[in-house]
Amino acid sequence: MLERLQAIIVKELWAILRDPRARIILVLPPLVQLFVFGFATTLEVKNFDVAVYDRDGGHWSQEFVQRLGGSPNVRRVITVSSSQAARKAIDERSVIAVVMFDQQFSANLSAHRPAIIQAVLDGRRSNSAQIVAGYLAVIADQMGAEIAAQRRPAAPGGSRSAVTNWFNPNLDYLWFAMPALIVVISMVSGLAVTAQSVARERELGTFDQLMVSPLRVHEILIGKMLPPLLIGLLNATVYVLIIAKLFGVPLTGSVPFFYLALIFYLLALIGVGMLVSAVSQTQQQAFLGAFLVMVPAILLSGYATPVDNMPAWLQIVAEGDPSKHFLIVSEGVFLKAMPATEILLNTWPLAVIAAVTLTASSVLFRSRME
Amino acid sequence: MSRLIAARRFRAMLLKESLQILRDPSTFLIAFVLPLIMLFLFGYAISLDPARTRIGLALQDSSAPALGLAQAYENSRWFNVTGPRDVATLKRELMAGDIRGIVVIPQDFSRRLQTPEGAVVQVITDGAMPNAAGFVSAYAEGVRASWAAREQLAGRAAPPLELVPRYWFNPELASHFFLIPGSIAIVMTMIGTLLTALVVAREWERGTMEAIMATPLRMPEFLATKVIPYFLLGLGSMTLCTLLAVFLFGVPFRGSAFALLAIASAFLVPALGQGLLISAVTKNQFVASQVALITAFLPAMMLSGFLFEISSMPPVIRALTYIVPARYLIPSLQSVFLVGDLWGMFWRSITVLLGFGVLFFTLALRATHRRIA
Repeated sequence: MLERLQAIIVKELWAILRDPRARIILVLPPLVQLFVFGFATTLEVKNFDVAVYDRDGGHWSQEFVQRLGGSPNVRRVITVSSSQAARKAIDERSVIAVVMFDQQFSANLSAHRPAIIQAVLDGRRSNSAQIVAGYLAVIADQMGAEIAAQRRPAAPGGSRSAVTNWFNPNLDYLWFAMPALIVVISMVSGLAVTAQSVARERELGTFDQLMVSPLRVHEILIGKMLPPLLIGLLNATVYVLIIAKLFGVPLTGSVPFFYLALIFYLLALIGVGMLVSAVSQTQQQAFLGAFLVMVPAILLSGYATPVDNMPAWLQIVAEGDPSKHFLIVSEGVFLKAMPATEILLNTWPLAVIAAVTLTASSVLFRSRME
Repeated sequence: MSRLIAARRFRAMLLKESLQILRDPSTFLIAFVLPLIMLFLFGYAISLDPARTRIGLALQDSSAPALGLAQAYENSRWFNVTGPRDVATLKRELMAGDIRGIVVIPQDFSRRLQTPEGAVVQVITDGAMPNAAGFVSAYAEGVRASWAAREQLAGRAAPPLELVPRYWFNPELASHFFLIPGSIAIVMTMIGTLLTALVVAREWERGTMEAIMATPLRMPEFLATKVIPYFLLGLGSMTLCTLLAVFLFGVPFRGSAFALLAIASAFLVPALGQGLLISAVTKNQFVASQVALITAFLPAMMLSGFLFEISSMPPVIRALTYIVPARYLIPSLQSVFLVGDLWGMFWRSITVLLGFGVLFFTLALRATHRRIA
């Protein structure tokens, strides 16, 4: 039995690694993706342009514009001289916001009357626009506080908030994005390799040959599971090394437990991939089927937006998504020094998903044989 | 006469290709089921709007002001407060991801309110989720500030300076208003590039490509018969998405149907060209599918400005976004929904997209020729 198993494992590895382009495609793009998407996937808003429509032209509006230009997040401050020009700048997306001062702005401030700065923002990008509005409000608040302090001595007392960001003190988005990308990229390649390896034999007709060979169904399945498992482990190891050593993201948790969870994550992905290929007739169907699973799985994983923000019924659906569980482990092991018990709590759902999908696909394969 | 025969030949091939698409259930899944799922997820699940975030409260002071502030956190529409509990328990919950932040109202809060240094409310966030952390710290301070203003504890007059933001095109700040039009771009990328690459690579792999090429059909004609059905499929799927966006999800549609059609058609040209190019170069379904995923789908998702702001990316990555066709589509697509017909912007993106299309088709044609030779 061991001999048969060994033979099929060698055959499966060879089937995938024989094609030089497939070898390259399995290793190189995942690395490029890690670099490109690691830096690209930021929900921060930096380096944006703002327009100023200053009908006041007085001391205080100039003061605000200067502070705006000095903000590290602002790339350029463009001056517009009519409301049409302001409208056009927003419409064409040359700026994300227009700051407007009315004619009375400086006069109001000097006369101790409340003064208002209008900011028009591009609602097409409402998320970024809100962040920019936040920046602008901070500048206005600071300037207002200084003006108030000049008018009369600071009133002591009162309360304030002091914020501490645990696990990631500077809220570096890269620290979040990198461990999340291990989850996403492993899913993309793991599902594709598995779904393809069965469907390809199906399409070429060699799967039936395998089925009539002395190999048992579970041996065939193990043979099919091993290559994606090895490729996934190899890629993930490379990612972990790059993320920890090159990008300096702290790796604070237990590495052995991370690998334990990783193996179950990969098994769950392989199970899903097997299930997809068990119900497809051709490679095209298998790949598109895998894609049909992949896109919702990534969207539900909590990578793009937190799972707790989703409606309750969708959070239940997300429980069946392997990437949701492994994302918690990956972020936890990197940033949170997650204790072993917490890792195990997020590993058993992966084991359940793997067991269910692998059993289901072996039943499907067996029923096909009879 | 020969022209008539050529036209009949073309029609026959077009029919063959169209039937082939309609027969395969997986094509139908990608063109009509996946868009539904994506729209649905972007409409309900994926929201970049601030939602009620779960936080924990540690109340170490039992004075009236401390209780009042705790009440303010509990009543806030931004937070779902668990507690009050002790900090150690909340720490464990933060670690497990059950809560995203902790607010600590310290022991001598009310006494310190009267001292010159003032009292400090400690806010601890889960930095492993930077976006949620930023939200928690900003809104926790907001709750404290409005409580302080109500209580007049600060003893200060109204701020002399106030910034009033107005959001054009989307005053409700609904993120699905821009996510759903953006996801239409993703759907068209999938049909245009992914599906086309896969289907044509399959013909190469099976050798049916050479068989067809041996027919009198000319190469550009042949490519046209491959591409036209997917072009129509892409437009069909786009129409379905638009109808759902408007009638089911209530996304405003302020532009004209003609403008939307023009932009979408212009985008499908480079998308299809890229699909053909990938299949002609790889000639293998597995490699083609992976290349399409990596060079078309993921960039459309990550580098197009759909989810992540391009200006925030580092310069090298920003330079890379210029070769992603979806980057030119998304602003126009969002505008035709939320703003109206901005033909100045539309023409620019249509020109760039058609330029990419010509480039990809030329390369695809050359790659196909080379393969035959």
